[in-house]
Amino acid sequence: MMMSKKFIAVTAVLTATTALAGCGSKSTGSSSSNGDTIKIGANLELTGAVAAFGTSQLNGIKLAMEEINSAGGVNGKKLEVVSADNASKKDESTRTATKLITEDKVDVLMGAAISGDTFAAVEVANNKKIPMLTPSATNDDITFDHKKNKLNDYVFRACFIDSFQGKVMADFSADNLKAKNAVIYTDNSSDYSKGLAKSFKSEFESKGGKIVAEESYQTKDTDFKAVLTRIKTLNPEVIWVPGYYEEVGKIVKQAREMGITAAIEGGDGWDAPQLVDIAGKENLNNTFISNHYTSEDPDPKVRKFIDAFKAKYNTVPDAMAVLGYDATYMVADAVKRAGSTDKEKIKEALANTKNFEGVTGKISLDKNHDPVKAAVVLEYKDGKQTFNTKVQP
Amino acid sequence: MTFDYIVQQLINGISIGSIYALIALGYTMVYGIIKLINFAHGDVFFVGAYTGYFTAKAGLGLILSLIIAMAVCALLGVIIERLAYRPLRNAARIVILITAIGVSFLLENLGIVTLGAQAQGFPDIVNKSTYTLWGDVTIDSIQLIVLVVTVVLMAVLQYVVHRTKIGKAMRAVSFDMEAARLMGINVDTTISATFAIGSALAGAAGVVFAIMYPSVDPLMGVIPGLKAFVAAVLGGIGIIPGALVGGLLLGVVETGVQSIPGMSLWRDGVAFAILILILIFKPTGLFGKNVREKV
Repeated sequence: MMMSKKFIAVTAVLTATTALAGCGSKSTGSSSSNGDTIKIGANLELTGAVAAFGTSQLNGIKLAMEEINSAGGVNGKKLEVVSADNASKKDESTRTATKLITEDKVDVLMGAAISGDTFAAVEVANNKKIPMLTPSATNDDITFDHKKNKLNDYVFRACFIDSFQGKVMADFSADNLKAKNAVIYTDNSSDYSKGLAKSFKSEFESKGGKIVAEESYQTKDTDFKAVLTRIKTLNPEVIWVPGYYEEVGKIVKQAREMGITAAIEGGDGWDAPQLVDIAGKENLNNTFISNHYTSEDPDPKVRKFIDAFKAKYNTVPDAMAVLGYDATYMVADAVKRAGSTDKEKIKEALANTKNFEGVTGKISLDKNHDPVKAAVVLEYKDGKQTFNTKVQP
Repeated sequence: MTFDYIVQQLINGISIGSIYALIALGYTMVYGIIKLINFAHGDVFFVGAYTGYFTAKAGLGLILSLIIAMAVCALLGVIIERLAYRPLRNAARIVILITAIGVSFLLENLGIVTLGAQAQGFPDIVNKSTYTLWGDVTIDSIQLIVLVVTVVLMAVLQYVVHRTKIGKAMRAVSFDMEAARLMGINVDTTISATFAIGSALAGAAGVVFAIMYPSVDPLMGVIPGLKAFVAAVLGGIGIIPGALVGGLLLGVVETGVQSIPGMSLWRDGVAFAILILILIFKPTGLFGKNVREKV
């Protein structure tokens, strides 16, 4: 009885703090009244497990906003970004999205950075009929619910989808690395990770490869030695770890230390500077990821963006920042074509995005609201991402 | 499943178990004296890890980092006790328990505000070398260090509690606080000392943990703290050798479950099921006695 009381107390306090955690929201940009500005609500992971993603994305969004405003804004109106922190939690994301719509009265929602948190906001956008553009949520079902076979009318994205990302890396493993067998090691608490695992598996098997084991871990796990010891006995050529940087860093480190030399591969969830600190430079050799862009790209549009970003933040932008930047321009482009801040018109304009020239490439949305665009495969060499190959859709 | 594989998994289990045991020592010690489950323990652990992070960045080695982290955490423990728990000395236990949860959140969120929520990589301060015992069985220097640190600290703690004057005072306070006060024991000082030692242990565990799994973040203490609490209960909360046995047992069971193909997600489920079974048949834990002679 004593025990249960304690746990009730713990749960109650936990709920209370999480409720408080997401309350703060900050408005950046001009503070003029609602009629003169176009309000963009950014529902992002500014604290919590993937804070690196949300923070970086907000930097990209702000840079784009400043550029657009100094060039005269959109339809004579300035953009204003209202950011709210969802603390990298799904329940919190639903709350922040609702708050941005009902209290801050935003015209367009942006975010979240990762798939799980974006899912939590999809229904809010649909119910309140506010167009929502996620810069980087890659899970297939976000824009089009494959189980219900139903399009989420108000939800769009600026990045490629998981089934494409998993396919790219499966092809890369089979064709470029000539791998015949692979182990899949999934973060079972992440929609993103499970989606990537699924598409990798079907593509790799259709190429004649064999998945010798499928294992799982959970976000915030720290010790992976038990499962890695097992993986070692299977001696795979490729280990597919489509997780996020914090756990992946530890997995790579522990795997290399116990003598696993196989190629380890992942998706854009690896892409954060902390990965190198956690995993260690040498340990990352022979690892590959698919990503949205590379900072080594000589394209003048990319160079111009990188220079502007460096001038403002004194750091090289990662993929999250680029996608935040591109997504903001996509919104501006749609509002311009819509000719007003009418939500239905913005929605239609977003859906009709064609040949939009972004830093991450030419973006056209297909009927599922998903961009059709290229991915790059990067290889880590002594802690640095180096360009390996570019894959067209 | 070969013999080598089983031995290797056993080594993995013992190494993770010794971390749980190290954190559990502090839990069990504080509980033994004032019957408080100090939920802030896992957060003192994170403060220790961050102290180690800063000393390591400043170029100090393992031993110095450990000592500084333990000192900082001991001080923090005393401050927490002084400000949060002492005013509630005579309040109902549930009040102190909730205060402990409050302190835990306070530390976590202070950490997020001042240090940022992002995980930072922990610098290499130990030259990690891997030794091959035979065949495929390997053990690395960090796993050895953790085990040695845990066993040594447990022995020291056992000695302090059972062989020194302050230890005698602690046991007396644990047995009957009022009677101890009447016998001329300074109860406040004794409890402060208990918190200082318990928190120093958490600090040591934080540094060792950050070396083993090289990243630090303000919420890093939540899960290990919970697991260590389970380990302490498993061994019999309030009993020092129980923490070691409980920690090792939990580590080995978790690893054991994960080492079976396709069972990696059952880890916590099976571990907690075993905990429930043990508590059904031995409600006071493995080492628990019904005699009220604790610590």
